[in-house]
Amino acid sequence: MTAGTGSRTATRRRRMTLLHLVMVPLAIVWLFPLWMMVVFSTMPDSGIFSPEIQLIPSTHFIENFRALEADTGFLRTLFNSVFVAVIYTVLSVMLTSMAGWALVRYRFRGRGVVLGVILATLTLPYFVVVIPQFIMVARDFGLSNTWIALIVPPLFNSLGVLFMRQSFSLMPQDLFDAAQVEGVSEWKIFTRVAMPMARPTIAALSIILFLASWNNYLWPLLVASDPSMMTAPVALGSLIGFTRVSWGGIMTGAVLLTVPMLVVFVALQRHFMSGITAGAVK
Amino acid sequence: MKQRTGTAYGFLSPYLIVFAAFWIWPILYSFYLSFLFTRRQPWTWNPRVTWGRLVQDPEFFNALKNTLLILVVQVPVMIALAVLLAVLLNSTLLKARGIMRFAFFAPVVVGEVAYAAVFRLMFNADFGVINKLIEGVGLPAVSWFSDPTAAMALIIMAVTWRWAGYNAIIILSGLQSIPDDVYEAATLDRVSPVKQFFYITLPLLRPIIVFCVVLSVIGTMQLFAEPFLITNRGGPGGATETLGLFLYRQGFTVLNFGYASAVAYTIAALAVVISLLNLWLGRDAT
Repeated sequence: MTAGTGSRTATRRRRMTLLHLVMVPLAIVWLFPLWMMVVFSTMPDSGIFSPEIQLIPSTHFIENFRALEADTGFLRTLFNSVFVAVIYTVLSVMLTSMAGWALVRYRFRGRGVVLGVILATLTLPYFVVVIPQFIMVARDFGLSNTWIALIVPPLFNSLGVLFMRQSFSLMPQDLFDAAQVEGVSEWKIFTRVAMPMARPTIAALSIILFLASWNNYLWPLLVASDPSMMTAPVALGSLIGFTRVSWGGIMTGAVLLTVPMLVVFVALQRHFMSGITAGAVK
Repeated sequence: MKQRTGTAYGFLSPYLIVFAAFWIWPILYSFYLSFLFTRRQPWTWNPRVTWGRLVQDPEFFNALKNTLLILVVQVPVMIALAVLLAVLLNSTLLKARGIMRFAFFAPVVVGEVAYAAVFRLMFNADFGVINKLIEGVGLPAVSWFSDPTAAMALIIMAVTWRWAGYNAIIILSGLQSIPDDVYEAATLDRVSPVKQFFYITLPLLRPIIVFCVVLSVIGTMQLFAEPFLITNRGGPGGATETLGLFLYRQGFTVLNFGYASAVAYTIAALAVVISLLNLWLGRDAT
């Protein structure tokens, strides 16, 4: 009996050691680029391009930021990124919630077609639409370098429709019917009853949409060429590949783009995970 | 459910207008565009300069070859790694679970530009920390940006770093939906953890793994920012040029919309075919 327990503990310990022998080095490798991002952002260019290995942060963050601000008006582009991401997230949540609600609550002509088209085209690559979107927005309507061009076209994203539809369909429909019998308007049932109940889904959806907009690179690259309208990733990307720019500055920009999202990720991990995995639920 | 077509379309129309204008219409329009000669006004019907050119353009075939190579190497490696990570992160024996999760899941929130910049610096041939470490253990430095094979390996490593955790999150959620008593019963029957993994975990995870593979295939077919930013526009000499980058150059550098649309539809068709193939291979054996 005692011997059995002893050998079980031994097996357990052996497994635990093996597990950490795999996971600890892997985790270090995975954290390394993030750590180096921070280290680079605090070093002068002479330190980044020095023959010695530098793994400890230095004190040049502010100087690097000044260099970045001189290379490209980064604060302005950071504001653009925040503004675009906030408005995009709010609009997308509103539009897709209303659409998801309609698909759950009402029986109407064309319901199957709408849902079918959304589902059938869900996995089509974005590249199929980017050329016509560009022709329409930049050429036909001449909307390059406007807020509309940055915010409106990406609103086609149907992720929210599926999220919200799923969320509404899990709610007790009798509740909505009861409200209707009481004489509450459909709009009020939606805004006062259904939407508050969908709060966790809205939180998860908002995080995913905000992140997508914050990191969006290709579309803003195409429609925002004016430095005052660029988003931060586009401005930062425009510096990469040139020799006469401050690399410490670029890394400061990378840190300013990344660290706020890491903080959000740690603080709201649960919503993040459910946002990512909701797509996988059939 | 209420029979109310008017109210329903009241709620639906704001989204439907955007969806139709910026998704459905472009899908149809780019198909039409792929048959047009768009380099001179007015645009004229001339599939010979789009589809006709595509089937004999060595640059297109180079991009196709590179993309398929990344697909065949990177996707299986990353998915296997993601399964491993998910299973190990799910283990009750794991210490410092919060830090571990952070390490692998954090890249999910890192933007393409930010991580491209770090990888460029880390892998810099002369001053990069990676080559210093390689030389530190006595191996010769690698020319990450001028050697075609090394450049391709760099792209594959970068994409794997960025996306393995994302897939692990999805697989982990699948793992957590497997009831514990399945494993408890197996443990009582003295089935080893390795056997439990191959005979219980893997078969039950199959639908989720197929889902991850399909997502990764679609993502790889559109790979753009990494070769654009890390290996400097698909360098060296087109060695890391992908279909996504080729489309970008044709569409937005040369402004050859017709030809770029033909490329776009090829990407879409390949993504659909490869995804269906995966679904078919991963179907339940009944």
